[in-house]
Amino acid sequence: MNNFAYAKATNAAQAIEQLNGNTQNKIVAGGTNINDLLKYFVTQADKLVDINPFIDNHAITPLENGGVRLGALVTNADTAYNPVIESKYPLLSKAILAGASAQIRNMATNGGNLNQRTRCYYFYDVNTPCNKREPGSGCSAIKGYNRIHAILGQSENCIAVFPSDMCVALAALNATVNITGPDGDRVLAFADYHRLPGDTPHIDNNLKHGEIITGIDLPAKGFEKNYSYLKLRDRASYSFALVSVATGLDLDGTIINEARIALGGVAHKPWRVTAAEDFLKGKEATQDNFAAAADIILQGAQGYEYNNFKIPLAKRAIIRNGMMALNPDSQRPGAQPSL
Amino acid sequence: METNNTHTTSLRVNGTDYRLDVLPWVSLLDALREKLDLTGTKKGCDHGQCGACTVLVDGKRVLSCLTLAVMKDGSDVTTIEGIAKNQELHPLQKAFIEHDAFQCGYCTPGQICSGIGMLKEGKAHTREEVAELMSGNLCRCGASKGIIDALMEVKEGGGYE
Repeated sequence: MNNFAYAKATNAAQAIEQLNGNTQNKIVAGGTNINDLLKYFVTQADKLVDINPFIDNHAITPLENGGVRLGALVTNADTAYNPVIESKYPLLSKAILAGASAQIRNMATNGGNLNQRTRCYYFYDVNTPCNKREPGSGCSAIKGYNRIHAILGQSENCIAVFPSDMCVALAALNATVNITGPDGDRVLAFADYHRLPGDTPHIDNNLKHGEIITGIDLPAKGFEKNYSYLKLRDRASYSFALVSVATGLDLDGTIINEARIALGGVAHKPWRVTAAEDFLKGKEATQDNFAAAADIILQGAQGYEYNNFKIPLAKRAIIRNGMMALNPDSQRPGAQPSL
Repeated sequence: METNNTHTTSLRVNGTDYRLDVLPWVSLLDALREKLDLTGTKKGCDHGQCGACTVLVDGKRVLSCLTLAVMKDGSDVTTIEGIAKNQELHPLQKAFIEHDAFQCGYCTPGQICSGIGMLKEGKAHTREEVAELMSGNLCRCGASKGIIDALMEVKEGGGYE
């Protein structure tokens, strides 16, 4: 780690003052990602501004519209095990519990989850070129070992994936992100929060320097009757997704009123294609219809030498998870495939 | 810079109060090992991938390698040195011995702190759930079966507070 200073902030105004417009002054909350990035010299800091002393943003509270607000500083574990989240938004609960380890979930915050960086091996290895870490240096993954990399939405500059599980569920649930900053408060739809790499792969999301996430709002509709989170990875647990799927279904008998399908591990942001969800409207919840929806979601997918397998795997995962959502009890610890 | 950049940090560790002057980048793990000579907590990967550095902070299991000591000012920390009471091993320590739940022993302090945290959380009911909720602690010797056997025995026997 390089030398850096440390300051506490008890509210957003203090944090903004401490950040002082210097992009090398950075916010720390749970610290599970930034402390690791600092150790590897992937990130450097002049100062860490600790926002844990914030008085607000530590609670999960009901909203007047029937939804729920997740405080940005609530830990992932406290969110996943919150009785309201478990009963009204079990898809979110399952997705969070599929990520990281129990220790990390006890530390990591909801706001931090959105702002974590990719786990691309080349991004982490400061001895190799990486456009995300060092713009203009090149992408080592495109012609390198790219097993974990993107098949959708990537660019010639970057094929990294966003590693979160929690955010896949938040995308499926149409969450919104509450932000405060020097220019006041604003709200972003979840789909507008993370970015595709394009020719600016060093910018992961639309949070500007000096801005802070204060909370994440969930709309009233939680798909608590028919939902499933499926995560496929190289180990049974404690590993990032090769492909993950969050599915929520609103059913009338066996007919789909509304479907939500979001994918993780395949792109620079949680991947959702509303045309596929529109296709499923009014159709039977069958393997054939989920397969047709998967073809729409995966249109334009492009693999590389070591991750071509993700395209057929993602299709099968979408179908399997659609069927699992009909029977949420078929879900297993670690979001493994149903037996 | 260093002299101006130290932060006085109060920690209660295994029931004893300490005031430490730490630099911002000192991990809780390094503070425990290097400043308090509590070397029971192990540095495995130092990157949050192995769980060997697991300790209990305010009763919750966390990774001390990814925790900055300065951010835990005022916290109550329990390490493996604080698990046994009055020379009497904790039930989980006894169960680890009975079930051959270690070979080289390097992951064991983290496994035991994590296991106690898991039992207190009360979210693991089946063997499969115990395995899932202990997946943040790796055992390279292959003693995971014994570790889970020990945890199941203590979970069912109770008395692990």
